[in-house]
Amino acid sequence: MEELLNNYTSVFPDTATSWVKVGHTSDFPENGGACVKHGKLQIAVFNFSLTSKWYACQNLCPHKLEMVLSRGMTGDADGIPKVACPLHKKTFSLEDGSNLNGESYQIATYPVKIQDNMVYIGFSDK
Amino acid sequence: MKKVIVIGNGMVGYKFCEKLAAHPDFEAFQVVVFGEEPRPAYDRVHLSEYFSDKTADQLLLAGRDWYASKGIALHTSELVTAIDLEAKTVTTHKQAVYEYDNLILATGSAPFVPPIKGADKKGVFVYRTIEDLDAMKAYAAKLKSGAKAAVLGGGLLGLEAANAAKELGLEAHVIEFAPRLMPRQLDDAASAMLQAKIESLGIGIHLSKATQQIAGDEAIARMEFADDTHLDVDMLIISAGIRPRDELARACGIQVGARGGIVVNEKMKTSDPHVFAIGEVALYNDGIYGLVAPGYEMADVAVHQLTDGSKSMAASIDMSTQLKLIGTEVASFGDPFIENEEVAAITYVNKRSGIYKRINVARDGSRLYGGILVGDSSDYNSLFQIYYNAMKLPQNPEDLILGSRGGDSNILGSVLDLPDTAQICSCESVSKGSICKSIEEGTCSDLKDVIKCTKATTGCGGCKPMVVDLVNETLKSLGKEVKDTVCEHFKYNRQELYDLVKIKQIKTFEEALARLGSGCGCEICKPVMASIFSSVYMDTANKQPVIQDSNDRFLANIQRNGTYSVVPRVAGGEISPEKLIVLGEVAKKYNLYTKITGGQRIDLFGARLHELPLIWKELIEAGFESGHAYGKSLRTVKSCVGSTWCRYGMHESVSFAIEIENRYRGLRSPHKLKGGVSGCIRECAEARGKDFGLIAVDGGWNLYVCGNGGATPKHAILLAEQLDDATCIKYLDRFLMFYIRTAGPLVRTAPWLEKLDGGIEYLKQVVIEDSLGIAEELETEMQGLVNKYECEWKQAIEDPKLASRFKHFVNSDDVDDTLEFVSLRDQKMPRPW
Repeated sequence: MEELLNNYTSVFPDTATSWVKVGHTSDFPENGGACVKHGKLQIAVFNFSLTSKWYACQNLCPHKLEMVLSRGMTGDADGIPKVACPLHKKTFSLEDGSNLNGESYQIATYPVKIQDNMVYIGFSDK
Repeated sequence: MKKVIVIGNGMVGYKFCEKLAAHPDFEAFQVVVFGEEPRPAYDRVHLSEYFSDKTADQLLLAGRDWYASKGIALHTSELVTAIDLEAKTVTTHKQAVYEYDNLILATGSAPFVPPIKGADKKGVFVYRTIEDLDAMKAYAAKLKSGAKAAVLGGGLLGLEAANAAKELGLEAHVIEFAPRLMPRQLDDAASAMLQAKIESLGIGIHLSKATQQIAGDEAIARMEFADDTHLDVDMLIISAGIRPRDELARACGIQVGARGGIVVNEKMKTSDPHVFAIGEVALYNDGIYGLVAPGYEMADVAVHQLTDGSKSMAASIDMSTQLKLIGTEVASFGDPFIENEEVAAITYVNKRSGIYKRINVARDGSRLYGGILVGDSSDYNSLFQIYYNAMKLPQNPEDLILGSRGGDSNILGSVLDLPDTAQICSCESVSKGSICKSIEEGTCSDLKDVIKCTKATTGCGGCKPMVVDLVNETLKSLGKEVKDTVCEHFKYNRQELYDLVKIKQIKTFEEALARLGSGCGCEICKPVMASIFSSVYMDTANKQPVIQDSNDRFLANIQRNGTYSVVPRVAGGEISPEKLIVLGEVAKKYNLYTKITGGQRIDLFGARLHELPLIWKELIEAGFESGHAYGKSLRTVKSCVGSTWCRYGMHESVSFAIEIENRYRGLRSPHKLKGGVSGCIRECAEARGKDFGLIAVDGGWNLYVCGNGGATPKHAILLAEQLDDATCIKYLDRFLMFYIRTAGPLVRTAPWLEKLDGGIEYLKQVVIEDSLGIAEELETEMQGLVNKYECEWKQAIEDPKLASRFKHFVNSDDVDDTLEFVSLRDQKMPRPW
C-alpha cells in the first residue's frame, strides 16, 4: 500500500498541465466532500459553499493508507480550511495539505476551477 | 561562523539541535550532525508503540525537512570513526574529514548484553532501535502461534519490551535477577502490586532468576537458571541495562570513568575544553542517567555554555519518573526507599483495586523526601512538587495519599500555591513561573499558545493536567472567563447551544453558524449541532448529512479499511427464525463477515459504501429497520428471557425490553445510550452495566441509572423501587430528556451524574419529586420525539437524492479497487494495517 502514496504529489494552479472535468457542481454536497476518479488516482473534492471556495486533495489518508478522506467532515481552524479523516479524525489543511495535528505526514492537494457550473481539477500528468 | 559538530542523532542529540536552533544567537553557528542510524532521531520512550499504532515516521521527533529548514546538515547512516583533538577534526567511515570549533558527543548508550553462554543464538535480540524491532517482528512472524518470548530484565525498559512482545502476539515472560520488578524505582510491596497487575494480563513474571545458559540448537529454545529451573522460549529480548557509547572518546584520549561514561563537569564539558558530552554517555557526578529528562537538561546546559554561559547542571539530578507500564500507572519520585531515624514511610495498600502508595515523610512532619505510586498516579504531579520544592506538609501527612477525610477541601492545594520556581514540565524544564508569565504578559492567551511557546507537555505529557489547571487558574486570576466552549466556532457549551437552538428555533447548521457562531465549523461542533437538532426536532441524519459524524453521515459504522458494518435493530434481542435466515442470506450474497454483538444483535461487516443501500433495501423489505448502531443514540435494550421461559423469572423482561427499545429507537443523545431489562435479581441482562436498567422484583421493577461498561466500568445506581410499567416509562422519559438537555458533548450518563451537583439525590428530586417543575415538560418533549420517529434507512433508500451519497466516485461507476481482504476462519477480514 505504501507505494500508493507515491502516486500523489501536490499540483498548483501554475504547475497544472491539464484541467480535467470531474462533474457538475451539483454533484458535490454543499459544505462537504465527494470522491472522483482520474486514471489510477482517487481525488477528494470539497465544496465550501459558505466561503464559495473549492478544494481537492488525495482521497488516501496518509495515516493508515485508506481511501476515505472525501467522506470526512470539513471545517476550518483559525481560518484554515481543513478536512478530518473519518477513521481517526486526523486533520489536514486543504490549502497546503499540511497536518494540523502536528504529525509529520501530510496530503497532496490539487487546484480546482469552476467554469459554467462544471468542476475541473488541475493535474500535472507526465 | 562557529562550527559545531554533533555526534549522535538520538533524542538528546536532537534536543541539542532544537534548543540551539531556538536560541537568539543561532545564526552565529554552523551545525553538522552525524547519526549512525538510517533515520533522523525518533522517540525511543514510546518505542513499543511501533508495534501497536505508530509508524517509524510518526515516531520521528522532527523530519529531515526540519533540519534542512534550520540549515543543519544531517548525515544519517554515517558513523564517526575518529576524533583528532589537536587538529579539531572528526573522520567518518566514508573517510570524510570535518573541522569543528566545538564538538558535542551525544553518542548515547548500547544495550548491555551479559556474558551468558548462548547469547549469540538466533532469536536473541536487544531492544533499542527501530531496526531491532523490525528484526524481532520478522523473527516473531516465523514462529508458530502461541510462541513464547522472554525478556531478560524487569526494569522499566524490560517491561516495555515485554509489552512489545505481547503486541507481537507472543506469550510474554519477564525474567529478573533481583527479587522485585523495577528494582531502582520500586520497593517490594510496590513490585508485588505491579506484578499482580501485569500477571493478570497474561504476562509471566519470574523473579530472583540468574540465567546460566541459553540453550537450543541454532536458535534459542530454552533458558536455564542457576536454581536448576528452566523456561522454554522461542525468542529472547535482552534488556539488562545500558553501557555508555564512550569508545570514540576513549580512543582519542578524552577522560572516561572506570566503569565507562565520558567524565563531564557541571558545564557538560569533558576533559578537552572544546568537547562536550550530553545524554546517556555523560558521566556526571559519578552517575549515568538513562532518562530523557536529565538528558534534555544536559542538552540545554550545553547550548547555554556555547552561547551565553548562563546555565549549568544542578548538583543532584532528579530521577523521578511517572509512566504507564502495560496499562498500569507507575511513579517513583525523590528517594523512594529512604526510611531511617528521621524519615518514616506511610503506605496505603489496596489489593482490591491494585493500588499502592508510599510517601517518605520526615518524622517531624516538616517535609516529603520521596515516594512510590502504583495503580493510581494521579497525585504524582502534586506530590512531586511538594517534594521538589520542599513545601510545607498538611498537619496529617497521610492526607496526601488518603485525601482529607471529613472536610471537602482539596488537600493537595491549588496549583497556584506552588512557588514560581516549581518545575511543572520536567522533560522540557518549564517552570510554573514561565507558564504563568507567558499568560500574564500577554504572549499567550490559551492552552494552545502556552504549549506552543513553552513546549510544556510535549515530552511525556504527564504534566498536562497540571498545565491545564495552571492556564485556567491564571486566566481566571486575570479576570478572564474560562469557558468550556464547544470549539473555536461556538463560544457556548452544549447545554447553552441546546437552549438557544430551541428558543430561537434554529433549524440548520448554517443558520446556527450565522446566528450563534463564526467560521465554517469543524469536526467537533458539527456532530454536536447535529445531535442537538435531532434531540430538539427529531431530525434524522438524512436532513443535514454533511454535519453528521463519520458514521451517521453514511448510516453505518466505518471500519478499519473504510468499509462499513450493518446492524439492523433486533429489539430486546428477540428474532424469528425467518428473520435470522434473511440476515444469513444477505450476508452470504454480499460476502459479509458476521458476528454477534454484545447488544444481542447481529453485525454484518465489510460492506462497501455503494452496497449499503442495496443491502438495506433487502433488509427493509424483510421487515428490518435501522439499529442506529452508528449513532450517539439509543443502541439496544438487552434482555433475559424472563418469566415467559425462565423458571426463576418474575416479570416479562423480553416484552418490556422490546417496548422500551421501540419507544426510544432513533433517539439521539450526547453519547450512546444502552439499556437492559432483567427478569429477576440474577441479572442475566447485565442491566446495571447500562445507562438505564430495570430489574424485576416482587411488586414491580427496580430502576437503575447511569451505569456503563467500557473503559471505566460503573454499576448503575438505584433511582426508584417497585415501579409499575407506566411509572417506569414516565421516570425514564424524564431521566433521559434531562440528560439529553444538560450533558456535555460525548459525556455518557455515568460521568454526567458524577459532575451533577448533588449527584443521585438531586437526580431523584428532579425525576421523582419534580423539584424543578419541569417533569411534565420533559415527558411532553419525549413523547413528541417518540411520535416523530422514522427509520432513516427507509428514508435514505426511498429518496434517490439521499441515496447518491453512497456512490464511491462522483464521475464513475467503478468501485474502489484498492480494497483488499484476507480470509480468517472461513470468513473475510480487512488486510491488516
